[in-house]
Amino acid sequence: MPPKTCALCSSARAILKRPKTGQQICKDCFFYVFETEVHNTITEAQLFKPGDRVAIGASGGKDSTVLAHVMKTLNDRYNYGLELLLLSIDEGITGYRDDSLETVKRNQEQYDMSLKILSYDELYGWTMDAIVAQIGKKNNCTFCGVFRRQALDRGAAILNVDHIVTGHNADDIAETVLMNIMRGDIARLGRCTSICTQGEDTIKRSKPFKYAYEKEIVMYAYFKKLDYFSTECIYSPDAYRGHARAFLKDLEAARPSAIIDIIHSGEAFEIKEVVKATQKIQQTCKRCGYMSSNELCKACTLLEGLERGMANAGVTDRARKKMDAEGPAPENLRIIPFFQQPAAPHRTDISIADTST
Amino acid sequence: MATITLSVNFSGGLETLFANRTAHTVSIPARVPVDAALWDTWPAAPESAGAPDADAVTMKPADMAYLLHHLRTRVLTARPELFLEHGTVRPGILALINDADWELEGEGAALLHDEDEVVFISTLHGG
Ligand SMILES: [Zn+2]
Ligand SMILES: [Zn+2]
Repeated sequence: MPPKTCALCSSARAILKRPKTGQQICKDCFFYVFETEVHNTITEAQLFKPGDRVAIGASGGKDSTVLAHVMKTLNDRYNYGLELLLLSIDEGITGYRDDSLETVKRNQEQYDMSLKILSYDELYGWTMDAIVAQIGKKNNCTFCGVFRRQALDRGAAILNVDHIVTGHNADDIAETVLMNIMRGDIARLGRCTSICTQGEDTIKRSKPFKYAYEKEIVMYAYFKKLDYFSTECIYSPDAYRGHARAFLKDLEAARPSAIIDIIHSGEAFEIKEVVKATQKIQQTCKRCGYMSSNELCKACTLLEGLERGMANAGVTDRARKKMDAEGPAPENLRIIPFFQQPAAPHRTDISIADTST
Repeated sequence: MATITLSVNFSGGLETLFANRTAHTVSIPARVPVDAALWDTWPAAPESAGAPDADAVTMKPADMAYLLHHLRTRVLTARPELFLEHGTVRPGILALINDADWELEGEGAALLHDEDEVVFISTLHGG
């Protein structure tokens, strides 16, 4: 079979069949369209303003490694005027996170960005290794997820950044839409497709890869020879997400537009005001100052359970009541350092728009 | 019998299914039976009992479908279900032949030649 020719430039050899369009394109055209589509996502959603300090949530994995590379490329090419930093969370998982952090440290040199690593150990006094040693592998993803979310916000506050970007891609978002539908979590369904989330006093978070397919992210990393880490977490992977992922990949094999179709379905759901009203009003945690929908934030509840040897207290309501019945938290309980929201920096009202035309 | 030698690379976590090694050199017959049911016993020593009569078998040049079978039966060391599903790679695994997406070359029907470089990358691990 003779080599296929690129559908865009009609000269070079095609190296990729695009999952979105089926188009066959060459390496240079692929780099260009991939980067340009991310740029369009950024400008259409007006994600940034000149002068913004933006932390890239970096795990050393493929998505965040490609995100760091593409953010740097676009910032230089289109003069976004952003100050880019890397923010990594060290969950304390020997043989997994310690290796992937080595990748992030190499990225820091390759991309010439400053790097902040914040560990569960320094923030909560517990590594995931220690948590799993106490509670086993059953609910450890709950702890890790809650702790990571808060750690990212706290890391961003320490770095005094305006914005956190994460490497969530189109496949991840479609997967989350499916999971929220299957769980009947309509409130989350309404939020999970938004490209940018910002509550009253949370740090802005966004997903520049919202429309980028996983296949293209991996191909981009491969052809650019980017250095990334790809080992599954050694503690039980999220089985429910695993099934959603396998199902989604099967759908995509039968119909390549399935991923974007599912994201659009998620966006098209109209959430009734009644459902919105059941979402609890945000307050701040009385113990650590982090935003919370209860008196105590989820992380403080989980931490108190760990410290008092009743780890399930943060996982189920029944165990929580049982712990409360055993009396108030002891005086000398280990607590999370108080969260200080960074003072809002001066913002201009000009967003970065496409000035290349 | 003529053979072809391929360089085969696994990454993105797939290497854990192949003796934790990224780079493999693999030799396969240049021509293989069209009938996939014969692959398990191919290539067979000519004198072995029950071996198909080479002259009576319809042959074709080696292709990716044959390579997948060869990798699963002779190179893979753990959990075949994470590599193949319904006779092809599991959804979420990318394959490239000489640095081009195998979807451009007909996937399983893509023909292989001596010294070709084949790469398999899993997209399913970590973000
Ligand atoms: Zn081209
Ligand atoms: Zn708290």
